Amino acid sequence: MNETSELQVILADQMQRILSDLVEKKTLEDSEEGIWPEKLWHTIEENGITRVLVPEDLGGAGGNWCDAEVVMRAAGRHQAPIPLIENVIANWLLAKGNIPIPNGPLSIAPVNNADKLDLTLEGDHGRLNGIASRVPWGRFIKKLVLLLETKNKLFVALVSTDKAIVEKDTNIASEPRDTLFFDDVLIDISKPIDEDKGALQRAGAMARSSQIAGALEFLLLESVKYANDRVQFGRPLGKFQAIQQELARLAGEVASSGAAVETAFRARQNNDAVFEVAVAKIITSEAATTGTSIAHQTHGAIGFTYEHPLHFATRRLWSWRSEFGTENRWSEELGRTLADNGATKLWPFLTARTAANSKIKN
Amino acid sequence: MHVFQFEPLNLPVNIEEFRLEVRDFIEENLSGYPASKKAKSWAGFDPDFSRKMGKAGYLGMTFPKKYGGHERTAFERYVMLEEMLAAGAPVAAHWTADRQSGPLILQVGTEELKRRIVPKIASGECFFCIGMSEPDSGSDLASIRTKATKNNDGWLVNGTKVWTSGAHRVDYMIALVRTTAEAEKKHEGMSQLLIDLKQTSGISVRPIKNLAGEEHFNEVIFEDAFVPSANLIGVEGQGWRQVISELAYERSGPERYMSSYRLIYELVQEVSLNPTSSGATAVGHLVAHLATLRAMSMSVAGKLQSGLDPALDGSVVKDLGAVFEQSVPLIAHQTIETEPSPSKGNDFSQTLAYITQAAPSFSLRGGTREILRGIIARGLGLR
Repeated sequence: MNETSELQVILADQMQRILSDLVEKKTLEDSEEGIWPEKLWHTIEENGITRVLVPEDLGGAGGNWCDAEVVMRAAGRHQAPIPLIENVIANWLLAKGNIPIPNGPLSIAPVNNADKLDLTLEGDHGRLNGIASRVPWGRFIKKLVLLLETKNKLFVALVSTDKAIVEKDTNIASEPRDTLFFDDVLIDISKPIDEDKGALQRAGAMARSSQIAGALEFLLLESVKYANDRVQFGRPLGKFQAIQQELARLAGEVASSGAAVETAFRARQNNDAVFEVAVAKIITSEAATTGTSIAHQTHGAIGFTYEHPLHFATRRLWSWRSEFGTENRWSEELGRTLADNGATKLWPFLTARTAANSKIKN
Repeated sequence: MHVFQFEPLNLPVNIEEFRLEVRDFIEENLSGYPASKKAKSWAGFDPDFSRKMGKAGYLGMTFPKKYGGHERTAFERYVMLEEMLAAGAPVAAHWTADRQSGPLILQVGTEELKRRIVPKIASGECFFCIGMSEPDSGSDLASIRTKATKNNDGWLVNGTKVWTSGAHRVDYMIALVRTTAEAEKKHEGMSQLLIDLKQTSGISVRPIKNLAGEEHFNEVIFEDAFVPSANLIGVEGQGWRQVISELAYERSGPERYMSSYRLIYELVQEVSLNPTSSGATAVGHLVAHLATLRAMSMSVAGKLQSGLDPALDGSVVKDLGAVFEQSVPLIAHQTIETEPSPSKGNDFSQTLAYITQAAPSFSLRGGTREILRGIIARGLGLR
């Protein structure tokens, strides 16, 4: 991402404008009461932002993963209470499967590796049986995009949610995470696609990592601002070394999260990025823990109130660090592979990964 | 507010071929080198190995050819450094000279000094130490008291430097001294002098044993030690400014997150022989941080190469790097049920014993954690 593309500049500007305009404290509070922010959603969709990863000939922006990262990071920075990243990924999958892209909101499944979702092929269609757990924004979506495996082939499927039973739940931040039950539902499926079955899980982990990096940027800005404004013992908190040292740590978490995320998205543009995505989710999920702790400590009691907007970011961070895999799950998976390879291969592996991703392919 | 951004680096083409060349050199010159010595990383002192590196063209890589250098890019030098560190090569002898003394002389030194000293640095024939800290001046470096008074064609130096790594074994010290007794401001009136430690009378060097029983750092006492005028480095009175720019070299390199690499290596080895879930988790966690710090450190190297001033970003990498390096012995200890043994255990056990004891220094040398975080806080607009 050394060369910021024109599209990235446009997207960053659009996101900043739309989200600062339409994600207000009231929007976030209403969302927690179950109110869908139609104007926000409509504006995002109308501007084509959810189609950033869709090729131009299929009606998208023709962006790459680095372009998508700009969108996802901004979604996290502003805590946009809509399934924005879910739609970016859903539309990417649909385009992969050459399925015409309907109007959203859409969501994606399975988000959990353990979900039992059985696909039976039936001519050009498929039959779906099973449970999609913790589907982001499940109750609000019209259609669900799934990545399903059967007979060692991967298919993208599009299914109307009116054919599912929806059981409502939320994450810590009151974002809908609903379970959808499918009982022998006839669905549209793509031709077999050229991806591996971890592709959706990795895309989700990338998105959450990017959102975490964005939300951590927000925490740093807010915390620095608060420390400079709040006066105790006759001087701003920011003049106390104890506070300075902690906020410097927070800056470190923001910096390493940003670096890990950019590396992952850049790698994904070149290859499957199995290593870099694991690294990004590990780094950001850990940073979410440290970052929320420092931000709350800096803000004192006021930051612990519902009234103060800090929690819209911190509660999301506590949720996002577990979604699409905790740091420990990714660490264990990554560690097994590295240990299998043996110690002598570790360093050559690291340098080879960097070399492979040194230039971005388009 | 400074925005800390570490853009992934575009490596130059062909750099991986150079990397393989360095690996071949290491293979040839370091085979059979024991794990307990590899653990020392860039604290391992071996003049022979340094001279071999000089012959191979791995010292003074970025220096101009007319001063014995090789005019290679900063990236090539970076690749060479990280390969040496990953292999646990003994690079301490030339480390300071190659990293900062040579570049400092090239930047501000006289033509005569460049011709006299720099080629010897590039060939691995002369080694340096840094005379900054004093008994009463640690983090508060600007409070140093060692003074140099003009005398005929030179200076008479009096005072004490301390924590001077390698002073008992190297050839030269670049010392920060007061050349104006009553400067108006604390940061003024300082200069840098090149002091020949082997040929100058009035210098006594006393090694200070560290907690692991090793002799790395020293106390160096100057009593009317004569330093010729020609050995003034840069401009008289500009010592502070010169030192600050020198510290940028000191804070951003790969040595700031790789000091514990050999313990990660041994841990991976242990987990690969005896796979457990907690072992895999520890390895994944450590390697994720290693890879991210490497990306950040390379990004800073890229900024240096393009002439930007990455002092703030370098401070972030050094702070995160030290926290990481120090976390490695704890995680290794908690993951593998083996008692650390300094001299008799297996490779993991010996490496753990060494790194555990070395770790406290990681967040002290080259700027303490507190100083670095103060610099970062200033960048955030908090001071």
